[in-house]
Amino acid sequence: MHDLAPIHALGGADRRSDTEGDVTLTENLGLALASVAARRGHEAACRAHLGALLEGAAPEPGKTVLHDPEASFWMGPDQWMVGALFESHEDLAVQLKARFEETASITEQTDGWVCFDMRGDGVEAVMQLCCNLDIEQMQIGDATRTTIHYIGVYVLRRDPANWLRILGPRSSAGSLHHALTAAMKAAL
Amino acid sequence: MSQKNRLDGGLIDRSETYSFRFDSKYHKGHKGDTLASALLANGVRLMGRSFKYHRPRGVMTAGSEEPNAIVELREGARKEPNTRATTAELFDGLRAESQNRWPSLAFDAMAVNDLLSPFLTAGFYYKTFMWPAAFWEKLYEPIIRRAAGLGSLSTQDDPDSYDKGFLHCDILVIGGGPAGLAAALTAGESGARVILADEDFLIGGRLNLETYVLGETSGTDWACETTARLAAMPNVRVMPRTTVIGAFDHGIYGAVERVSDHLKVPEDGKPRQILWRVYSKRAILCAGATERPIVFENNDRPGIMQASAIRAYANRWATTPARQVAIFTNNDDGHRTATDLVAKGVEVVSVIDARIDAPTSSDYDVIAGGVIDQTWGRLGLTQIEVKMPRGGIRRIKCGALGVSGGWNPNVHLTCHQRRRPVWNEALSAFVPGGTMPVGMSVSGAANGVFSTHGALTSGAEAAKAALSDLGMTAKSPSLPKAEDAPVNITPFWHVKTAKRAWVDQQNDVTSKDIKLAHQENFRSVEHLKRYTTLGMATDQGKTSNIAGLAIMAEVAGKSIPEVGTTIFRPPYTPTAMGVFAGRAWGTATRPTRLTPSHKWAEEQGAVFTEAGLWLRAQWYPKPGEKNWRESCDREVLQTRRSVGICDVTSLGKIDVQGKDAAAFLNKVYCNGFAKLAIGKVRYGLMLREDGMVMDDGTAARMADDHFVVTTTTAHAVGVYRHMEFVHQCLWPDMDVQIISTTDAWAQFAVAGPNSRALLYKIVDAEFDLSNEAFPFMACSEVTICGGLRARLFRISFSGELAYEIAVPTRYGDALIRRLMAAGEEFDVVPYGLEALNVMRIEKGHATANELNGTTTALNLGMGRMVSKVKDSIGSIMSERPGLNEDDTLKLVGLKPVNPDHQVPAGAHLMTKGAKVNAVNDQGYVTSACYSPNLGHHIALGFLRTGDARMGEVIRLVSPLMGVDHDVEVVSAHFLDPEGDRLRA
Repeated sequence: MHDLAPIHALGGADRRSDTEGDVTLTENLGLALASVAARRGHEAACRAHLGALLEGAAPEPGKTVLHDPEASFWMGPDQWMVGALFESHEDLAVQLKARFEETASITEQTDGWVCFDMRGDGVEAVMQLCCNLDIEQMQIGDATRTTIHYIGVYVLRRDPANWLRILGPRSSAGSLHHALTAAMKAAL
Repeated sequence: MSQKNRLDGGLIDRSETYSFRFDSKYHKGHKGDTLASALLANGVRLMGRSFKYHRPRGVMTAGSEEPNAIVELREGARKEPNTRATTAELFDGLRAESQNRWPSLAFDAMAVNDLLSPFLTAGFYYKTFMWPAAFWEKLYEPIIRRAAGLGSLSTQDDPDSYDKGFLHCDILVIGGGPAGLAAALTAGESGARVILADEDFLIGGRLNLETYVLGETSGTDWACETTARLAAMPNVRVMPRTTVIGAFDHGIYGAVERVSDHLKVPEDGKPRQILWRVYSKRAILCAGATERPIVFENNDRPGIMQASAIRAYANRWATTPARQVAIFTNNDDGHRTATDLVAKGVEVVSVIDARIDAPTSSDYDVIAGGVIDQTWGRLGLTQIEVKMPRGGIRRIKCGALGVSGGWNPNVHLTCHQRRRPVWNEALSAFVPGGTMPVGMSVSGAANGVFSTHGALTSGAEAAKAALSDLGMTAKSPSLPKAEDAPVNITPFWHVKTAKRAWVDQQNDVTSKDIKLAHQENFRSVEHLKRYTTLGMATDQGKTSNIAGLAIMAEVAGKSIPEVGTTIFRPPYTPTAMGVFAGRAWGTATRPTRLTPSHKWAEEQGAVFTEAGLWLRAQWYPKPGEKNWRESCDREVLQTRRSVGICDVTSLGKIDVQGKDAAAFLNKVYCNGFAKLAIGKVRYGLMLREDGMVMDDGTAARMADDHFVVTTTTAHAVGVYRHMEFVHQCLWPDMDVQIISTTDAWAQFAVAGPNSRALLYKIVDAEFDLSNEAFPFMACSEVTICGGLRARLFRISFSGELAYEIAVPTRYGDALIRRLMAAGEEFDVVPYGLEALNVMRIEKGHATANELNGTTTALNLGMGRMVSKVKDSIGSIMSERPGLNEDDTLKLVGLKPVNPDHQVPAGAHLMTKGAKVNAVNDQGYVTSACYSPNLGHHIALGFLRTGDARMGEVIRLVSPLMGVDHDVEVVSAHFLDPEGDRLRA
């Protein structure tokens, strides 16, 4: 077992949590991520593998499948992101490669992203100051790409409906966190 | 006596009294007042001085079209000039100053301009201040600059925050008067998602300014009840204090919400204003209409106002500008003011109606067929003179004159996309033209439907039509009965005998100026505007444009529609620059990207620099070092002497996989990649389609179907975008998948003779790092520190024995600390961008300075890298004759003949003895530094036929920097040209 200690995207040793009104923004530290892109001629097989993994079907465009332990959202034509608990799936990319084999290209994406969970009544008002998603129309299970203050992000609506998961580039975690907390202070 | 001009009633809250200051005097007002209404209540008519002539001016309107009563509102850093007193909500402690006067509003020395008026007509500055030419910069311009302008800036940073927001709706209703309320009610009750926006703090439009009865209740009460009903609907968002500033493409509207302007300071964390982008499927413009004045002699005195404004002040704000008021009108609406004033106990001394067949009244005297001939009262109206229909002049004492020349529908938003309104003869006004911006319809007064009944029904109809368009069933709400008076107007634009009569009061444009413009052949309406500046002030000509057109039409012998209108552009009313920026100012203009070692580097006291969005350590000063050069030189020497570490995470990393990954890279790079062995890295050059070099980097083959491609920091996004384009559009049949992994891996360069020794302490023992097992340009997946997955690449930018080691980013901080600890025995040094740059220049490696978009592989000395046994992007175009001439530029090294001289980047190389000009220009310096290893300055640059001119002494010039000395042309590889250190 290696002895190198990880640090969080916001640079701290402890998980960062901010509350404003009824809404709390928490850095999610326990997420492992890997991208799955179907290889040419293997699209159907890849999709089938992903469906099997999720015990259902691969997510459609604009959607996420919130399965346990692995969840997934659509990123592009025949391309998805798969997420799971870091504790049990630190080697997620390796696990997936073993399942998908030559049907897909897999990359480790865990540390490319910072994950924020925004929960509470009022998340919609906050998001209206952040991005041009029609947040009032966004349903549980929707996942879409957008920008927040010039930062490209994915926004997922989880269950219950007042839970939004926001994935942004890890190197801009500080800027994204600042944008989200400023919007919380302004909106709530 | 405080508030001597207060009347009974109104919609102000007398239980809340506010104290405020205007110039040096304190006054009292109430909640619900505007600054203008509170000033009028206190008997203050003089509120400003005009732009050019510094004439005393008072408030003219009760709305956002106000030209005269513009003030500097608030103090200190929050001071904002040119704020309309008519829309500034009164709050306790409000501070306002009048503008454009010195030393005071009552006594303004610059009023001397009014005496000089014959010399200050339209366009005077094109005819004066010409001679002598030398006087312009030192004398005329400073004087004009001091005299010009209206308000003044605080010149301090705006302390407030502004937000940008995004709203979505089925129907956006612009304007909350009777038409807008009826439209919103219809749409809201039918279940549509509705946004109702109104610029006022009280929704209701003219319902709150008139004494209408709607059904069984007052107009005011109906507006209040309806607004409450709407606000209670979960599918309706009511937005007061929100001006829709523009109609943009695809049904998108800009709307500025003034969240905190009615408060002394914004609440903590709250924005001052929000700029909303509203995405609407349909929009209904219910923006109402603006009353226009009539132009007559000295029509700009304080106390001369829109007739509708006088009754608005009386009805809503319970105040009157004077106790004796006269009216000048050409339509029935002017009489409404007289009736309302009489009801409030204000004396209406006369109604001068230009129409010979004017209606009479038992409540006030009507002079049918009369016109205003003259007015008196410099600091405030005292008397008017009426030219009687049967001859003679009647003098009438009054403190205020309400003028009604008719109403102009507020068509602006229908024309924001270069459309024009059309002339309606019956109304004597422009109304919305045939085609609207997509999804927009118009109702109520904005559409020329002026009665309350008309507004209610047209608003509801417009909503029904919009709902039907959207496939929704409309419910018809019950609407109250309301007045349905017809429009009765006889056009009367100006009194022709007037000598000094104002058309645009804010920019001081007179009717004479318009005639002058015509005389000087500035006849098109756009030239008229710019030559006279009519309509170019902050009020955008809302009360003056049409009169100006009418006068021009008369003078030109055309009809008004033939003259036409100028182009309408957003924003509808002046908008703070801050709200366009939102949160993106200062350091937040763009996101910041931090490297995995940032925290550690901060602890070391590193000095950071911006590399694109990234913050990268530039150098790591040690105590006692006096300047950056000392740090940089130390880092360079120590790295080449022993070992140095640099965070290179910011360089782009692109993961390329798939059966055709190698073939794909073969297309994208000009040199060969198809046969790159697994476990090897190769330097790659990417060309643009036109044959110029786009970027360089490396590609490491981790497996048959897996490459890790690196790019420069600056071009990471561009290269990735390029590769996506190539894959999606040029070779969509290739089996290749690409994704960015720049952020996912922390990567450090470990460079120097002891780099291998250091890495032996980090990389787990089962991986053989000997030169035989892991030679120059090898790569592999490894584990470190007892099993952490990592990637090792033996590549060197510094020219030393060097590696780059990558771990998942979360371990980057721990890794740098471990490397530094393990490297202590080797006196390991962290090095920053400066040292990195020095070392690569010493080695002759190109970067963005050399890959500047105008250079080819041949220029870089890499001509033979462009493979001719395969097709790749840019290959064919790089063969163009013009890029392959005999004397083409070649990359060379340069060193000063005198070792004390520098060789600055940007300097040019000239043939010795020749004149310094572009014809004799032989090339230029691209990168320069002091080399601590060589003890003098060195540089890289491009020189014509440079590869054949080694040893030549050439002249280096930079007229900008005063450089002119000799340099010697040498190999770009200053150190270790054979690469022995690399391959150690």
